[in-house]
Amino acid sequence: MKTTTYLALAASGLLAPSCSKPESSATSTPGGFSPEQVADTVFTVLAADRKVYATQIVNRLVNEEKVIKAHENYMDEKTLPLPAQVFRMGAEVVDTVDNKTVDFSYSLQSLWPLNKENAKKQTDKVKEGLKYLVDNPAEKKWTGEEEIAGQKYFIGVYPDVAVAPACFLCHNNHADKEDSFPEFKLNDVMGGVVIRIPVE
Amino acid sequence: MTIRFDRRFQATAWLLLSGGLAAWWSHVFFQAEDKTALLPGKTSHGHYQIELQCSACHDTEPDGLLDSAVSNNACLKCHDSDLEEADDSHPPIKFKKPENRPFLAKIDARRCVTCHTEHKPAATAPMGLTVPADYCAYCHQSTIEERETHQGLGFETCATAGCHNYHDNRALYERHLALHALEPAHLPDAHVATLDSLRAYLTAHPETKALTAADADAPPGVQLSAAHLGQWSADAHALAGVNCSACHQPDKAAWQDQVAVATCASCHPGEEAGFLRGKHGMRLAAGLSPMTPALARQPMHADAAHRQLDCASCHGSHDFDPRAAAYSACIQCHDDDHTRAYQGSAHFTTWQRELSGVAAAGTGVSCATCHMPRLEDGDRGHLVEHNQSATLTPNEKMLRPVCQQCHGLPFAIDALADRELIERNFTGAPAGHVPSTDWALQRAIDRADPEILELLPSPENDKNTDK
Repeated sequence: MKTTTYLALAASGLLAPSCSKPESSATSTPGGFSPEQVADTVFTVLAADRKVYATQIVNRLVNEEKVIKAHENYMDEKTLPLPAQVFRMGAEVVDTVDNKTVDFSYSLQSLWPLNKENAKKQTDKVKEGLKYLVDNPAEKKWTGEEEIAGQKYFIGVYPDVAVAPACFLCHNNHADKEDSFPEFKLNDVMGGVVIRIPVE
Repeated sequence: MTIRFDRRFQATAWLLLSGGLAAWWSHVFFQAEDKTALLPGKTSHGHYQIELQCSACHDTEPDGLLDSAVSNNACLKCHDSDLEEADDSHPPIKFKKPENRPFLAKIDARRCVTCHTEHKPAATAPMGLTVPADYCAYCHQSTIEERETHQGLGFETCATAGCHNYHDNRALYERHLALHALEPAHLPDAHVATLDSLRAYLTAHPETKALTAADADAPPGVQLSAAHLGQWSADAHALAGVNCSACHQPDKAAWQDQVAVATCASCHPGEEAGFLRGKHGMRLAAGLSPMTPALARQPMHADAAHRQLDCASCHGSHDFDPRAAAYSACIQCHDDDHTRAYQGSAHFTTWQRELSGVAAAGTGVSCATCHMPRLEDGDRGHLVEHNQSATLTPNEKMLRPVCQQCHGLPFAIDALADRELIERNFTGAPAGHVPSTDWALQRAIDRADPEILELLPSPENDKNTDK
């Protein structure tokens, strides 16, 4: 099991996007990979799954074929969950897995969050990373280190892009959107995927 | 005058006292049925039934001794499915997120026992809560300060005034409050789902052959009363082809007059699961003797004290009329103000009208209508929730599956927040108004939420206004 995990990490590491050097002085993980390499790999998978759900499930069924809706209260409304909710569900399932080969957690963040409670917990490093990616849309990531409640983390912030009309249409027309929020369009950086890996 | 005892007397007294204490302790520990004296303190209303089954909550160490601590797993053995159904707003896993770690210094929300510690009766509030009442503010103080509507509210009111709940907000989340804010006290099409499990079974099993009294397969020697035969042959069990042996000789065992709960569960697993999670069946689930009214903390009829709770206690045997189980069975044991007031209530009137055939099925309100709601079974049918405690912890859990079937949400929240009205079994009007639906509606209007704006009274759309 453990060998398989290492092999999977090594193989999937080849898929990691080319990117700038991290700011962090990252130590190696139990698999011999740096936290940044692990985060890159995790992001590759997350971004792929997120794109598939947004385009092939939500955008196709909701906007193109119009056979079902996607709604924040998907259980009550018997609709599809929103892409951000599916992303969070996955993150919560990952959190339930104990003794991961490399411990990590991830979340979706934005400088223009529709969920205000999320914004309250945004750390300065996350804000810095998000701002960097918005100001530099050609960049593939921002990395750094931060300490939360006595625990040091490698932190990687990766751009979360509007890959389908479903993304920006929903955000642009959301009742919780503030007047100061931008009008998003296709391929805009709407936020970032934040991946944290505990380091000593 | 000083009384002096010589040393021999002192030694003898010490030996007798110590020996007596040791004998008493040994008797209680090894022999006595009532081991209450060993408890470190009275348990809460949620756990008193199983308080003498220490291992129900305390894990057993490898050396065979019990751990004084209680793990989340012990709690989840019984509460896991309830929390899952509730779409728990604060699952422990939420606090594994790095950004939530700072909150743990204020309250370790990863552990159930942080808020629900047992054996501390003096510090236990309703819902078995043992943290100070301002626990919401530990993490949500900024929200409380930001919301104009929340200015000046008591710190203890977040979760006690029909507004929020720590675990279950299915009926209290903002959009739900706003969507139902304009509903009248009584909905025009007030009714609960009707049960159709027999029809569903027969549809799924068209080969079923209905049985008659002549088909009864009780072995020779078993005395079959005409009454039992008559009841059984007219009941859903005979119509579904369930013969005597299916219940009285499960797995071809020897005949047994009493039918075990597990036997009923072979065909009714969902009902059994709920029963074992509730206060009627939780002792059986913990491996203890069945619950009896004598063991209850709630007021019960003295002459029912020793009735043992199993399926037949409410459903009878052979005459499984669910209408009897919905009311008559309850009042055999329960004798509190709320129960006694039922016969004078509007709910009772509706129940009588349904029973007499004047009103349609599903429009009457019995004890079971509220305490054992009919839930969607996931297969286009309905299942009776046999955990009659599920909608009482806290009572806002009753809003969606019960109250909102017949009443508008604002009225229902007000009614459930009025303890005296509950004791009167809802005879009269709620004493106060909980403004949560008003606030949620106004916030939606302020945000120009199109979904909510559509509901506002207008010449074109007045269906949601109270006429």
